Amino acid sequence: MAAILEMQAITKEFPGVKALDGVTLAVEEGEIHALVGENGAGKSTLMKVLSGVYPHGSYSGRILFDGQEKRFQAIADSEREGIVIIHQELALVPLLSVGENIFLGNERARRGVIDWRETNARAAELLAQVGLREHPETKVDDLGLGKQQLVEIAKALSKNVRLLILDEPTSSLNEQDSDKLLELLAEFRRRGVTSILISHKLNEISRVADTVTVLRDGAAVARLDCADGISEDEIIRHMVGRGLEDRYPPRSPRIGEVAMEVRDWTVRHPLHPERKAVDRVGFHVRRGEVLGIAGLMGAGRTELAMSLFGRSWGRDATGEVLIDGAPADTSTVARAIRAGLAYVTEDRKTYGLVLDESIRRNVPLAKLDSIADGWRVDPAREAALAERYRARLNIKSASIEQECVNLSGGNQQKVVLSKWLHADPEILILDEPTRGIDVGAKFEIYCVIRDLAAAGKAVVVISSELPELLGITDRLHVMNEGRFVAEMPTAEASQERIMAAIVKSSREAA
Amino acid sequence: MTETTAPGAEPSRAERTRADGQPAESQLGGSLRYLRRHLREFGILFALIVIMAFFQVATDGILLKPVNLTNLVLQNSYIVIMAIGMLLVIVCGHIDLSVGSVLGFIGALAAVMIVQWEIPFLLAGLLCLIAGALIGAAQGYWVAYFGIPSFIVTLAGMLVFKGLTLWALAGQSVGPFPEAFRLISSGFVPDLLGGEELNLFSLLLVVAVAAAVLAIAVRTRRRQVAAGAADEPLAFFVAKNLLIFAALVWMGWLMADFRGLPNVFIVMALLIAIYSFVTSRTTVGRRIYAIGGNAKAATLSGINAKRLTFLTFANMGMLAALAGVVFAARLNTATPKAGLGFELDVIAAVFIGGASMSGGVGTVIGAVVGAFIMGVMNNGMSILGIGIDWQQVIKGLVLLAAVIFDVMNKKKGA
Repeated sequence: MAAILEMQAITKEFPGVKALDGVTLAVEEGEIHALVGENGAGKSTLMKVLSGVYPHGSYSGRILFDGQEKRFQAIADSEREGIVIIHQELALVPLLSVGENIFLGNERARRGVIDWRETNARAAELLAQVGLREHPETKVDDLGLGKQQLVEIAKALSKNVRLLILDEPTSSLNEQDSDKLLELLAEFRRRGVTSILISHKLNEISRVADTVTVLRDGAAVARLDCADGISEDEIIRHMVGRGLEDRYPPRSPRIGEVAMEVRDWTVRHPLHPERKAVDRVGFHVRRGEVLGIAGLMGAGRTELAMSLFGRSWGRDATGEVLIDGAPADTSTVARAIRAGLAYVTEDRKTYGLVLDESIRRNVPLAKLDSIADGWRVDPAREAALAERYRARLNIKSASIEQECVNLSGGNQQKVVLSKWLHADPEILILDEPTRGIDVGAKFEIYCVIRDLAAAGKAVVVISSELPELLGITDRLHVMNEGRFVAEMPTAEASQERIMAAIVKSSREAA
Repeated sequence: MTETTAPGAEPSRAERTRADGQPAESQLGGSLRYLRRHLREFGILFALIVIMAFFQVATDGILLKPVNLTNLVLQNSYIVIMAIGMLLVIVCGHIDLSVGSVLGFIGALAAVMIVQWEIPFLLAGLLCLIAGALIGAAQGYWVAYFGIPSFIVTLAGMLVFKGLTLWALAGQSVGPFPEAFRLISSGFVPDLLGGEELNLFSLLLVVAVAAAVLAIAVRTRRRQVAAGAADEPLAFFVAKNLLIFAALVWMGWLMADFRGLPNVFIVMALLIAIYSFVTSRTTVGRRIYAIGGNAKAATLSGINAKRLTFLTFANMGMLAALAGVVFAARLNTATPKAGLGFELDVIAAVFIGGASMSGGVGTVIGAVVGAFIMGVMNNGMSILGIGIDWQQVIKGLVLLAAVIFDVMNKKKGA
């Protein structure tokens, strides 16, 4: 078989970060090629380079498709060659029909007037090819996620796809729909369509993939041929690599009483109440302890944290929260803060900061009363407060008057952290505290976490970066598909054990 | 942004700086840089001054004649009062299209209560304010607690209260009001000092207020310096505040030269002072800006965004009612057409004053200056005999220009 796609020595840099470092990817015609790696390993970046989201010139390296070098400037260029990517978040317009969605931007029309008969007839053919028995005039909104996924694929087929890229296609599907999708991929393979499958579900990969490329920290670390028979363990080992350098400040934990205990916490999805995003989760965290919650994206960790913090996510939350042994009222954010909780969001721009306002105005926001006499804000105290945190957390900015929107990710994160440090919580939940920030700022944030624990606070860290969890926590819970599936002291934990726990629980559920 | 900034004439300072051609001097350089950073805040004042200067020349000095200046204040009082409330609504990330109709409805309510039912006017006035607050609350309830877009809720309110105005007045004009009631918008502060040509008491009052504004500015400045947070250059600060002082005293003198300060001017000044303070210096103000800037982040910081949004609308309703009372008193009659299209002038004033459509940005002073820009243009163009047709065109273009300036300025800054 000939290679349909060769990506050679692709390097892509963002300010301060090398997202891809000389990655080579070779895909044979007519195969299913799996691309695996941890969150942030560079899978999505690589696919964005391939599809032209990052235009030629913004990266170095060569892309050969059918043996010819391609220089895509935009997605439209790669789609013209038959390279179609289906993202994890589906790009369908929910209120348009299946047929309209399939031909969106590529309408079956004569002189600008849509030919509905042809649209629906062609759509019906494509739906038959993907095995979806729905009328083309059905609204996409009325279909389940699995069927929507198939509509996306039909849409891809309408573009005469030669290389189909699926990003986590089964992450939100149930077992039956997942099976169907995987069968469909196998069917495409028989017809000569090549696929790249990005997935965390290693059991699926070992089932359908012909070749696996493993990415880690922006580099392709392994290319495995499934014909030789590979084990999931082997993939995991390549995924996580090894070696924890001195990226974490040393600490000597002094662990005290239980600060917070959560019992039987269950939360339902706000729009799909039949889905339990968090399912009977129970855990506790002690004073002076750093507790880690590991898991893949979509495992329900953020949903757990936000629902605990004043029911900020989901609906019908049930369960008990005890703080210092007594039931605590955390039913609104204000009450949760009063009870001693703080939650540092994973999405600082959407949930953490008032971006257009200054550092000075953001820092006191969770405890405005502290800078006011009654309800009168004292600007001098406010300024002093912001200056204090700017110095303490080493926030790099022109002054406290600088608007947060103009700060780097790491400094924005420090402003959010300042806000919550100032609220003086007893229990601090940090959700992906180092996402998208540079190594130096990461270390500083680890130091803050260490100091908090040393001061007798209870800290919960949610992170998708396993080395980080292993480096800074005392104890770990592993969360998968809404449930806590494993618990271990960090001293006994390893990336392999964590990944294995995730994979195992997924398989058991499947 | 900075508290206690009142209208002044900084831009002329900038011009002088440029004319001097001595950018090497650090004070001036610092002032210029500061000015550039706060271009938006001073730009609006500059615009008002330019527009006033233009009409002063074009109308051969009629614009700033004491009688006309007084008239200008009276004409725009209800727009200014509503612009203050609207500023809060817009900062909070919403809009209120119903204020014109509410103004008309409250005017009708006042007329019915005072003229037809002969309720004492003080009680009637109080009832009007309560009714306005309830109307605002009723609309805010749907916006805040049910997430119904404010545009739609208040569009509905606009229709409802327009209809209710017609109903309450049975399609007729109702009036006249008793003399005492009309004093709120046609009365003047009596001269307790018995000045002859000049209303001495009014002048003294203005001088006292100007001095107080100056004193507050100095005190704030001193605190900032103490906290090491004074980022405004000293020369700039001095020039700005002296100009504000001079402008206030001059305006006061002009009005004192006619009949003294209108009562409604006092009401306006109080409202501006109170709401400037609330927006810039209180926790409630901070929270409203945070909600408008990022409602999710504000909520996750423990701020009760729903309740504050609700209260913002209730406040708007109350101020619209106050404006309704003032307007009815000024016309001395309640007509079914009162308030028609006022919401557009009010909203335009707030946006000209630098508020952002997406919320979280804007100042009370800016909105007031925006209202006066509209007012001066109305007044000046009327004096010049420009027809209502071209007045509308010009006002529309000024609104567009102000917002374009805003957006460009923001892009440049980013």
